[in-house]
Amino acid sequence: MAEIRNYTINFGPQHPAAHGVLRLVLELDGEVIVRADPHIGLLHRGTEKLAETKTWLQTVPYLDRLDYVSMMCNEHAYCLAVEKLLGVEAPLRAQYIRVMMDEVTRILNHLLNIGTHALDIGAMTMVLYTFREREDLMDVYEAVSGARLHAAYYRPGGVYRDLPERMPQYEVNKFKNAETVRRLNEARRGSLLDFLEDFTSRFPACVDEYETLLTDNRIWKQRTVGVGVVSPERALALGFTGPMLRGSGVEWDLRKKQPYEVYDRMAFDVPVGVNGDCYDRYLVRIEEMRQANRIVRQCIDWLRQNPGPVITDNNKVAPPPREKMKAGMEELIHHFKLFTEGMHVPPGEAYAAIEHPKGEFGVYAISDGANKPYRIKLRSPGFPHLAATDEMAQGHMIADATAIIGTIDLVLGDTDR
Amino acid sequence: MSTRLETLCHNLQNVLGDHVVSLKTALGEVTLEVAAGHYLEVARTLRDHPDLRFEQLIDLTGVDYSAWGDGAWAGRRFAVACHLTSVSRNWRLRLRVFAPDDGFPVLASLVEVWNSANWYEREAFDLFGILFEGHPDLRRILTDYGFVGHPFRKDFPISGHVEMRYDPEQRRVVYQPVTIEPRENTPRIVREDSYGDVGHG
Repeated sequence: MAEIRNYTINFGPQHPAAHGVLRLVLELDGEVIVRADPHIGLLHRGTEKLAETKTWLQTVPYLDRLDYVSMMCNEHAYCLAVEKLLGVEAPLRAQYIRVMMDEVTRILNHLLNIGTHALDIGAMTMVLYTFREREDLMDVYEAVSGARLHAAYYRPGGVYRDLPERMPQYEVNKFKNAETVRRLNEARRGSLLDFLEDFTSRFPACVDEYETLLTDNRIWKQRTVGVGVVSPERALALGFTGPMLRGSGVEWDLRKKQPYEVYDRMAFDVPVGVNGDCYDRYLVRIEEMRQANRIVRQCIDWLRQNPGPVITDNNKVAPPPREKMKAGMEELIHHFKLFTEGMHVPPGEAYAAIEHPKGEFGVYAISDGANKPYRIKLRSPGFPHLAATDEMAQGHMIADATAIIGTIDLVLGDTDR
Repeated sequence: MSTRLETLCHNLQNVLGDHVVSLKTALGEVTLEVAAGHYLEVARTLRDHPDLRFEQLIDLTGVDYSAWGDGAWAGRRFAVACHLTSVSRNWRLRLRVFAPDDGFPVLASLVEVWNSANWYEREAFDLFGILFEGHPDLRRILTDYGFVGHPFRKDFPISGHVEMRYDPEQRRVVYQPVTIEPRENTPRIVREDSYGDVGHG
């Protein structure tokens, strides 16, 4: 009898559903996946090694380029780790701003995830709806930091600057007439907080729209229910965190369990799945967006009433205000030392973790007292999730591979570092 | 020190006894150091003992201490640091173990204890050249196919050893020694202890 061998195919690295440069080697028995072997590292830039050659502050922008759909959350973990080593705490207003921007980032991330996941498995329109709201939040990013993607807004000791008083405006061009521009600019007349408040009142209805499209959609359910099931025990053993762990029914959210910044003052619920399949994880993400919306709302109310400094006044860590630097000798020296030599972080090691939209993002920083980190280890949530692809995909059809990659919420910049 | 961390330290000391090389609490984090010989056994106890219950291996990383404090390091060169989380007890722990041989660092693999160690150990092998005994599939993971060396070691230059370009004559991509000069805009400086003391703002 002729020997029957399994068929091996390459999924990626140039495949639209691979979410970047993932090479997945699939061993098939007919159309059933026998083994999935992800080859990663095609986007490895050695961020951790680069950080060793930069001062503590210069590393911040590299963090944006890890998970490039939830930029500020990456910075947040790094800033928390450095602050822990320094023994410096950010002012309360900065903490509120960070929490607010983290939740904005969570919505951004989940919108992208749900949109592209649906796109991958055949629902073309979803991505058009989710990107409509993403556009507004990208404008928020632009307003606070000047950049739509790589913000570099958080700094050790606070945030770079206070929230702006005005929003960027649309202008008339050959694609948009005066009437369209007036309508688009309607919500942008006030400050950033006004714009965000308007967004939070609009957004729950938008989530309802997404749910109308997907939640009871027969095709969506056929593609996701019962696909990539992970039991709670396996989820723990495989190092799952975030929606992947909660989708399997483990109630674990760092914002609740080990609150950082001002999350202990926020009222929000943590959604938990039951079956641990792709569909439950989708439901968890949908509910997380609603909860994130609630948190943003609470932060807006607090930020409106409590003006104050947004970065620590410790000039060994954060530069003094520009006006003072121009007038005072000591401030000038501080400024000069900070931007040439950089801050010195006391010897020691610290691990700071945050509830990143994808899971637990941790930064393990080791300092030997120099102006540069001795070692930075970035614990990215996508790494163990992708490692579990093999286990999740085994026994499924080849078309389910895209559903599983989509549900992992994979961003290779984050996995490869 | 909060009572939670005290309880954790107390439990660790009780359960592990003389397997503990050092047990420190700093910055609200507990660091446990064990000898390489007890590493696997301790890991299993940490996961299974009802007073500890560390169900999750959150992170595992290699560290190369050879350049610490401009050559002030006297101990072993390579270490592995694991970050563990207990979901049921809401604890965190850092477990550190030094590889006994600097020239040929080998440690036991934790894949059997926590399956998530699989890729983390591949990463530590790839970037630091630390070998894990008992690992089912110890391949390179992040670097290129056919990469030579372990890039995160402190003696590996930041610009690497080889560069890649397209050779129009041979009509293929070729590797050649790097042509760029290494440069350092901001030198690395370790100051005396009191310098730039953050506390005195």
